[in-house]
Amino acid sequence: MKSAVIVFPGSNCDRDAQMALRKVSGQEPEMVWHKDANIPNGTDIVMVPGGFSYGDHLRCGAMAGNSPIIDALKAHADRGGYILGVCNGFQILTETGLLPGALMRNASLHFVCKQQTLRVENANTGFTSAYKSGQEISIPVAHHDGNYFADEKTLDTLEADGRIPFKYVGNPNGSAKDIAGITSANGRVLGMMPHPERAIGGHEGGSDGIGMFESLLQALTVNA
Amino acid sequence: MSTTKQKLPARDLQLKILEAMTAVQNEQDAAERGVNAEEYKVMLDRLGRAPNRVELGVIGEMWSEHCSYKSSRMHLAKFPTKGDRVIQGPGENAGVVDIDDGQACIFKMESHNHPSFIEPYQGAATGVGGILRDVFTMGARPVALVNALRFGEPSHQKTRSLVEGVVAGIGGYGNCVGVPTVAGETQFHKGYNGNILVNAMAVGLADQDKIFYAKGAVPGRSVMYVGAKTGRDGIGGASMSSAEFAEGDEEKRPTVQVGAPFTEKLLIEACLELMATDAIESIQDMGAAGLTSSAVEIADKGGIGIEMDMDAVPQRETNMTAFEIMLSESQERMLMILKPGREDVAKAIFKKWDLDAEVIGKTTDTGRFVLTQFGETVCDIPVPPLAEDAPKYDLPWNEPTPAPAVAREDIPTPANYAETLKTMLALPNMASKRWVWEQYDRHVMGDTVDSSESGGNAALVRVHGTDKALAICSDCNPQYVAADPFEGGKQAVAEAYRNLSSVGAEPVSITNNLNFGSPNQPDTMGYIVKAIEGMAQACKELDFPVVSGNVSLNNQTDGVPIPPTPVCGGIGLVKNIEETTTSSKARLGDVLMLVGDAGTHLNASLYLREVVGREEGPPPSVDLATEKRRGEFVRSLIKARLVTACHDVSDGGLACAAAEMGLGANVGVAINNAAFADDLDLLAHYFGEDQGRYLVAVSPGNVADAMAKAGEANIPFAPIGEFGGDSIQLADQSISIAELRQAHEDWMPEYMTSLD
Repeated sequence: MKSAVIVFPGSNCDRDAQMALRKVSGQEPEMVWHKDANIPNGTDIVMVPGGFSYGDHLRCGAMAGNSPIIDALKAHADRGGYILGVCNGFQILTETGLLPGALMRNASLHFVCKQQTLRVENANTGFTSAYKSGQEISIPVAHHDGNYFADEKTLDTLEADGRIPFKYVGNPNGSAKDIAGITSANGRVLGMMPHPERAIGGHEGGSDGIGMFESLLQALTVNA
Repeated sequence: MSTTKQKLPARDLQLKILEAMTAVQNEQDAAERGVNAEEYKVMLDRLGRAPNRVELGVIGEMWSEHCSYKSSRMHLAKFPTKGDRVIQGPGENAGVVDIDDGQACIFKMESHNHPSFIEPYQGAATGVGGILRDVFTMGARPVALVNALRFGEPSHQKTRSLVEGVVAGIGGYGNCVGVPTVAGETQFHKGYNGNILVNAMAVGLADQDKIFYAKGAVPGRSVMYVGAKTGRDGIGGASMSSAEFAEGDEEKRPTVQVGAPFTEKLLIEACLELMATDAIESIQDMGAAGLTSSAVEIADKGGIGIEMDMDAVPQRETNMTAFEIMLSESQERMLMILKPGREDVAKAIFKKWDLDAEVIGKTTDTGRFVLTQFGETVCDIPVPPLAEDAPKYDLPWNEPTPAPAVAREDIPTPANYAETLKTMLALPNMASKRWVWEQYDRHVMGDTVDSSESGGNAALVRVHGTDKALAICSDCNPQYVAADPFEGGKQAVAEAYRNLSSVGAEPVSITNNLNFGSPNQPDTMGYIVKAIEGMAQACKELDFPVVSGNVSLNNQTDGVPIPPTPVCGGIGLVKNIEETTTSSKARLGDVLMLVGDAGTHLNASLYLREVVGREEGPPPSVDLATEKRRGEFVRSLIKARLVTACHDVSDGGLACAAAEMGLGANVGVAINNAAFADDLDLLAHYFGEDQGRYLVAVSPGNVADAMAKAGEANIPFAPIGEFGGDSIQLADQSISIAELRQAHEDWMPEYMTSLD
């Protein structure tokens, strides 16, 4: 599994993403600076990490969504490559249009950092095959703007097409339909607010996030 | 010197500014800058003439309490600051300790009290930013933040909005820069109604061969300014925070700085990238008194002179005067002295991160502090009076009067201990602070092993990529200090020692934040002196040196000082992360065991203060030799993996500590008194706050081994209960874990959302 992590000014989960990818794949991920024009050839999965790219100025993810590297990211998506956007990464993916909808300020108006129970709604994706549908897992959240919003039609489409792999059990931010993460129409792009890379064992976040990276490894092995 | 990038004002305005800057300042001008008549005379003597406007500004800031520690310096010298693990003690940006394998832990705590009262969000946020800079200036990557907060009583009209703003400010800054906030304390007391305390601690990691200091600059080097541009925010902040408050001081808002955590994040990455090259000779962050104090520190510690051209300083606003540039406390700025020929390396790195980096001057061999603006000299004074030779006072102080004890028979016994336990766990000072810490990112960087989440004693943060960890805590019981500053000072240090021991860490050293009222009141000065002496004695006997710290005086409003609050931030080292425990890991069937004796001391306790309503009596005394032996014993139990959970006994006594362990593990606890004499004083046993005690959970199969170890070490150690069921049982009374949890968890969110 050849992976890359995009680093924006203000990214702060880039090292966490690097650690998780290294641990699960056994290969060193490529760290790609946002001003670069290219993602290395042969990259299977690009991670868009969490943090506060550009300090959330203007709107979370808005400025990063216009960084030079984004064209290469879109090209990677067009090729059917895998993309995982976590937290600020999810916000950036909605800003680029790779995923529908938007992330609004949490309904509580407060930043929320806690261990969060998620229910796996669809285990038939490249990101979730290591889990069972209906399984509850525990993954930390840490965000101020994780309140997912889309129009009714989009929400219905996401639901009908199995593009909501994770829902919150006990909604922490007011998200529509308790959505914790959504995928693109081809199932290769996942954006989610919870942090699977902070749940890979040996720390407070637990180890339930490992399944996501193992799923990816499996999906890429099958494809290869 | 570099060519100027600033758009300079027209020559006629330049001349006007120069005229104002070079105007001779008299005693009354000095008074307006917080320099009293006596200090003004000293100034005339040191300069051999009267100062001009810029010189007075520079000297006034450097002689402020905040920068000079003029009232506390001679007492601070009592702290032990050396030890086997100490690499750098007080005097640099932060303290440095050896954590083996060529690695170092760099840490410090600092207050941002006055700014946070005036403008809570920005005050608290810039407090976090400032303490982070102290740590990464020295070459450390910051890995943890801690905060110790003290607010007025909950019913005070300002408290709720101050809590809301301070917590949002800490979170807003720490979350954005991506450093986890892993521990802290939040307390309420009417003594802080007019003067809250916001103390922030930052902890970083560095390689021992890559530590950077303010000292070490030699003449003839380039002085480089990096980071954000200079604006008019925070002008005179150091002298503002050194004055006491009066009603209406919220109007001082323009003296509060504004933080930009995104810029700080870029500054961290750029500085660490530059530090990986061999370019920096000396470096100092611009904190209180901004460019003034950073340049003075570098010049003074190097024993050299410095010359700076104001026109070369990156500026955010137009027509700034030398006075404004030198006294601005704009955030996210650093001053560094570069090794010869490294200017371009530094500029390229800062350009990558979209930050300013300009050569603004050079170091000299003159020993003088020289500033120019628009081609004219606007300041030319010797360096020593600004630093080493600044005024230092031995202020008069009164021996504090010991608080008379409340007799045992005058302390009422409650009708129901279990109900009282519930009341106590829902008191503002005992209730869960989940509302606070859920607003802090505690997990970013992926190394947080245990944070506020487990309700533990100290947080555990893994040393990245190793099996080692740092244990981190912050402690102070101001009511103990108010009742007896010497014992209370000892206790703050001992509790930090205990909190680190109770997770299995070797206590290494502390930083402290000494928050008091005005040193010019002999009564208050007496508290300062005795608290320092108490802390110093504990540090010495526990082999727990002080490596950094901050003094915050004049915390008083309209003449009334805050409760004396000397906060200790403790650092411990864990060599193997597997050999640790927390307070929340007890298991069904475990035996609850007490390290130490039955409780006896109710004076100054939480029960007496907040249940009975009498804030009276002396605090429990701390026997430091006992403290040390028991700490070693508890650590040996944890290392031998004989305990599943551990919690120190502190505020609220044994019953509160046991209940917290039960809540953490979601298991009931039945406490029995079989180990004690028939005439056991139940009230004192449950809620007394005798020191040097711990509760541990031991699986039944390990009890005999643990008892044997206690026997060898001659430590009192007895089973006092069992984990099981779904309630806490005290004597023949009980309360369900669910009910207790609700009371404990609900107080803060209900308080923050109620509209009264």
